[in-house]
Parts: sequence; C-alpha cells; structure tokens
Amino acid sequence: MSYHVQEKCAMRVAVVGVGQTPFSRSCGVSIRELCFEAFKDSLEGLNLTPKEIEASIICSAPEYDRQRSPAGLIAEYLGLNPQPTFYAESICSSSSTGVKVAYSFIKSCLHDVVAVIGFQKMSEISSAEVQERMGRGADIQWESPFGTMMPAGYAMFARAHMQKYGTTEEQLAKVKVKSGKYSLLNPKAMYRRAVTLEECLKARVIASPLKMFDCCANADGASCIILASEEKAKKITDTPVWVVGIGAACDTQSTTGRTNLTGLNCAIEAGKQAYKMAQVTPKDVDVAEVHDCFTIAEIMAYENLGFCKPSEGGKLIEESQTYIGGKIPVNIDGGLLSKGHPIGATGGSQIRTIVLQLQGRAGKTQVDGAEVGLVHNIGGVGLYGNVTILRR
Amino acid sequence: MSFEKFGKMSYVSETKIADFVKYLEKGKIMATRCRRCGQLYFPPRDDCPNDLSTDMKWEELSGRCKLLTYTTAHFAPTGFQEDLPYTLALAHCEEGVNVYARLNKDVNENEIHIGLNLRLTPLRLPNGRITYELKKAQV
Repeated sequence: MSYHVQEKCAMRVAVVGVGQTPFSRSCGVSIRELCFEAFKDSLEGLNLTPKEIEASIICSAPEYDRQRSPAGLIAEYLGLNPQPTFYAESICSSSSTGVKVAYSFIKSCLHDVVAVIGFQKMSEISSAEVQERMGRGADIQWESPFGTMMPAGYAMFARAHMQKYGTTEEQLAKVKVKSGKYSLLNPKAMYRRAVTLEECLKARVIASPLKMFDCCANADGASCIILASEEKAKKITDTPVWVVGIGAACDTQSTTGRTNLTGLNCAIEAGKQAYKMAQVTPKDVDVAEVHDCFTIAEIMAYENLGFCKPSEGGKLIEESQTYIGGKIPVNIDGGLLSKGHPIGATGGSQIRTIVLQLQGRAGKTQVDGAEVGLVHNIGGVGLYGNVTILRR
Repeated sequence: MSFEKFGKMSYVSETKIADFVKYLEKGKIMATRCRRCGQLYFPPRDDCPNDLSTDMKWEELSGRCKLLTYTTAHFAPTGFQEDLPYTLALAHCEEGVNVYARLNKDVNENEIHIGLNLRLTPLRLPNGRITYELKKAQV
C-alpha cells in the first residue's frame, strides 16, 4: 500500500448534521416539502451552506412514491443543483444504505460533504394500494401466492423463538411498554402514549402471536444526515460524530431459504463487520437504536448484536436492562413502534437519535457519558442488514 | 405452458420451470436437481448457482415433512381477504428442502405445534387454478 493510500484510509468520516420531521399518519405536505423540513433541521447551527454540499443521496422505497425518480425532484427543491444526486434503496434500511454510500464517497476522496435524505409519504397512496403492495414484499413466485405479508413474516420468527427459547407474549409486550414510555419524551414520535402490558396482551391479533401493539405503523416523514471528511467536519461543527464501523449483509428473500428462524443472519453478519471495523465489542456500546418494526425484532436484535446471549433476549427486556440505567439502553426515542416507520426515513431517524446522544443533545433521554452508539436497521423480513457504529 | 395458474393469485407468468404446474396437475410435487453438483432445489429452479449449470432434472418429493414455524394471519393483502383467517407455514421436507404453504384448515389450532408431521399435497382451486398445501400426516 502506498503512503498516499494509507493516508486516505486513515482519514475519518463524520456525521456533522442530523435532521428529522415529526413522523405522522398524514403529513399534509408534498414529498419535496417534507424533505426540505428535514434538510433545514439538519443544517441548523452548522457552518455549512447547501452550495457546499457536493452530492446528495435520496432514499425511499419506490413502491410508495408517485413521483418517478424522486432524487432529481428533491435535489432541485433543496437547491442542490448541479451537484450529482441519485436514489438508494434497500426498503426499510434505505437511508442506512445511503449513509454507507456517502461514507464511501468521502473516504474515496470523491466528495467532501454529502447529504443523505430519506423520506416516505406512505399516505401518498390509498389503503387499497398499500394492501396490494403488502403481499409483494415476499418472493412473488413462490410465497406471495399464499397471501403473505410483513407481520406474518416476523410472526413466524416470533413463533419459532417462543418454541425454541421459551420467549413469552408478555416479554414481547414489554418491548412495546418500554417504547410507549419513551415516546412521551420524543416530540417527533407519531404515537406519544404510554401503553400498559394488559392493553398490549388484549389487543387484536394481526398475525399470531403478534398483536396490534407488537407492530409498528405506516407513517409519513423525512430524515437528513450530513456527512463530511475529517478536515471539513472540523470546520462545519464543533461536535462531529465519527462513523467508526459500517456493516452490511443480505439474507435470502425467500422464507424457504433461511437457515435461522430465531434470529436474523443478515444482522449477525452486519454486526460482526461493524464491530470489527470499529474495534469495539457489544459491551462498549453505550446506547443503541435497533429496528423494532415488530416487538420480536427488537428481542432478536438484542441477541444478534451480542447485547445478550441467543435465547436471552426475552429475559433482557423482562429485567428492564434495555431501559436508561440498564445494561444497554435501546430505542429510548420510542423506536419504530412508537415513532412510526416511514420506510425510507427510518434509518436516518435512528442515526439522528444516536448522534444527538453522542453530542449530549438528547435532553430528557440523555445517557450520561455516552461515547459509543450503534444503529441496527433492517430492510424487509431480515433481508437487508445494516449496522452502523458511531463514536463522539 | 404458463405458470400463471399457480396459487390463489399469481404474480409470475413466464418461467423456465413452468412444467412444475403440469406435474402438479398430475398430483406430483416436483423439485429440481442439478445433474452436475447433485444439489436438490425446492422451490424448483432451472439454474444452479453452485456451478452455473442449467443441466437440471425433475425429481418428485415424497410430501413427508415437519412443521418448522407458522402464523395465523388475521389481515391479508388484496385478493386474499375472503380466506381469513388462514395459517401460513414453513415445513422441512424429508429430502432436506423447505416448503412455504398454507396449512389446511382441518388441522385444529390447538394441535398445531412445531415438529408436527405434515404431508405436502396438491390442491385444486376454483377457476382452474392449482396450488399445494400442508395437511396433517395420516398416522
């Protein structure tokens, strides 16, 4: 390796700005306006103008968009012409994928400052259209013809986890109880309401054993993450947060191809890569955001990321170890379960939460002295796994 | 011969393994095996990623399998609502491959458990459509 390349590899990449709109059932504005709000929020307090952003990456799940190729439209509205823009997609983890690409751009010295804008306006299409699309997330040749959908996919993992490890419906519900508690402290969450264990257990069944409060809800929203090279980052902000680990992996789209029904292989693999790159272990993580699209997903994430042993995820929430003050606070912004899940915006929202924690700007949910934070963002039913580790 | 009559609703009409439906109509559930590396595939496929071979042969499955996991759906995508509630299942066939299908409603909910012995069988649907389902194995 030449000295020049080594020098490039040693350059750090930082998140300098984070922004997010409130997540809501129906935002009442257009997608360009939604993105503008998140973009403006991310630039607040930074020594940076839109003209200095050298490229933008726009992330969403295209099946919910009316606009064809939204990247161009959004870049124009944000004043990001003539800088290059393009679209990045990995369903629910689209904006984590966008951040990985932005990191690569900066690390390769192609660009110094890159904006990653994630959005979804799920209210843009009718409920009937949503219902129609729901079935096509699975293998359309061999699984969709049986009438499957996302909750059914995660419900099969829940059933297997309960059978193999003795995880209970009460333990699943306790994930939502935690989420409800912290949602009251997040003004940008869609549902800001505490939920009792009893309410969760009595709720109507969606796909057994998952009930209404075990599932996150569709939402409208946008997020924006601005990344910069080390040299630029220090000029843009006094509180850069360093991207120290990135891991990504994918598993089979088909359920029949899975070799693990009690965990997500893509998350295990992405986590290993991210820990190795960041040179940290699960014990070093002070605060984490995990992809709790369903309560079982959070329990599997505890295990897959090494916050506890496989089989002990249910016990970890039972013992309240993922609350503030516990072993590892997880989703203390309310998570997807309370914030809502505007697909393309979700990863950016998770990264925002961790960045605010590491900058000491998390307000009432601040984890004292948080130095290392982790984001686990999954696309599909354990299809695309993304783990990002950040350090102040 | 097109694949579009497979399942309650089909999203794929053209495929190299469309003969699967022909066999299904004769009561046979077929997998494919790569003649070069010997790997068995179900759902069947005509291309082997191990050696990039397309030299495949059809092979019938016995239908004997065990339940790996399941869920009873109370909400459904467009086109499936009238069937609710229905149980989706993943089962492991004795040949070593997995199958995703619905569990026949004859299996009582209280007798469903992981490890249950099942039989994969063809199922005729209205309007000339055809699929397969998982039934309780005869003791």
